[in-house]
Amino acid sequence: MRAEFRVAAPIRRTSLSACRSLLRTLFRNPSFVIIYSAIISDGFGWRYHLGLDPPSTEIPVPRDFEVDTGFLLVFAASDGQSHAYGLDKLNSLAVVVDSEEAKNTTKIKQLLCWLSSIGIKYIILYDMQGVLKQTIGIDLESLTNTSMTPCSVIDAKTASSLFHFGKMAIEIISLSDGKEGVAKAASFLYSEHMKDDSEICHRSEPDFTESDVANALKATGSAGDEPDLLLVYGPARCHLGFPAWRLRYTEIVHMGRLRSMNFAAILYVCQVIR
Amino acid sequence: MGKRSRKLVSKILGRVWRLFRRWLFLMLSFGPMPEHIAFILDGNRRYAKKKKLKMGAGHNVGFNSLVAVLRYCYELGVKYVTVYAFSIDNFNRKPEEVQGLMALMKEKIDELLEEEDTIVHKFGLRIDFWGRLDLLSESARLAAERAMAATANNTGPVLCVCVAYTSTDEIARAIKKSCSKKREEEAAGARGSIAVADLEKNFDSAHCPDPDILIRTSGETRLSNFLLWQSALTHLQNPRPLWPEFSLRNLIWAILKYQKAHPYLEARRRRLAKKQN
Repeated sequence: MRAEFRVAAPIRRTSLSACRSLLRTLFRNPSFVIIYSAIISDGFGWRYHLGLDPPSTEIPVPRDFEVDTGFLLVFAASDGQSHAYGLDKLNSLAVVVDSEEAKNTTKIKQLLCWLSSIGIKYIILYDMQGVLKQTIGIDLESLTNTSMTPCSVIDAKTASSLFHFGKMAIEIISLSDGKEGVAKAASFLYSEHMKDDSEICHRSEPDFTESDVANALKATGSAGDEPDLLLVYGPARCHLGFPAWRLRYTEIVHMGRLRSMNFAAILYVCQVIR
Repeated sequence: MGKRSRKLVSKILGRVWRLFRRWLFLMLSFGPMPEHIAFILDGNRRYAKKKKLKMGAGHNVGFNSLVAVLRYCYELGVKYVTVYAFSIDNFNRKPEEVQGLMALMKEKIDELLEEEDTIVHKFGLRIDFWGRLDLLSESARLAAERAMAATANNTGPVLCVCVAYTSTDEIARAIKKSCSKKREEEAAGARGSIAVADLEKNFDSAHCPDPDILIRTSGETRLSNFLLWQSALTHLQNPRPLWPEFSLRNLIWAILKYQKAHPYLEARRRRLAKKQN
């Protein structure tokens, strides 16, 4: 066992085929699972090495942009090429980012550039703490003159934001748009139900269906498109409280940490899932 | 003589396997262990097609696999296991398949309750059914109610079976119950809007902690309307084996992956709890 552990660590990134055959052998041994956990580092990187290879065809990678709001003007003017990549059927895509990693606005802007270049028409950005609303949201607000209401720093965490760039839309949401959004819809349904019944003695039991709840979510501003694909950037595959009502049949893919994101991986996942 | 010695050998091997399993679970328990695991039992029909079995036979094999996995979970000390047995959307399948599933559910529930050497009696299991039981066939609904009544006083681990269930339907029913309770409170003089905590008290899963791990077999990446509300900080996993092929090795691997992600998820959970307080 000790020998296997010593052998596994140094060959980690040098000989992939040797890794694969070693893993196949070790998998037959139940005690392997305890040792293997020690050599896992970047989960998504290993997934690629072990079988989910990015496409080998040449992929035109969008240029990296400088970190300033100027890039957003280029981003706004970029013409999506969904047909070139075969992604016509992928209408909306959500990105869930860990709030700590969401502070890296350079990477978020780069990601938005890439997604716009492959022609995604509707992008939903989500993080638990509302960091994206305070950073990217403010930049997009100044670009499109869309005001996030209300405007104070504290309230920016709770306001949902939808920005339009020609044919593309970007929505930025946080935890307050999830469970709290449903609670607001429940209060709305309750107040409508009490309004409808005129006399106390004739008040019927509330009987709400899923479509009533969906309409209430729309009325309270907590509804939105259900994304076809959800990319999770963070240490673990976890949707971090993304609004439940919009997650029913969404494909959820863990992309690893934001700092190690790459265009080929995003394109590969979009092409596999479409 | 040959038959007796074969019996003896298999008895000894069985004991050695149980001892090895106990050692393995002890090793695993040095790390953080999940309290609640949820499973989406995906792949029974594909397994039947792969092995060229009759229609419906895949679900039978899937049930045997479920009993084995439950046994391992409870030996590991997992207190709650939730399984997605039948969705409201599954009523759109062929009528003969739906009837077959209802009949299988009734047969297996009766088997678990009546036979002596089952996991219900071995672990003192409590069985709970979540979902719209009124949509099930009469026999399946009565069997489910019988199982809940028979195991209501058991103090062991809990098996939650989601039948005729979708998460959005659960949320709608919770809203309905919250509104009824709010009406009674207002009649007594209390005022206020409906909060997240009020909704959560009226979920089917109100007495269960949120799942630590949610496993969907067959490599599928969707949650298919299962525990969408409760899985905010749940480690989502989608191993490739079909459900009947899901074995102890896959379960141990799932727990190891959870143990790796646990510090991050626990930190997010603490931060969220701090924010809510």
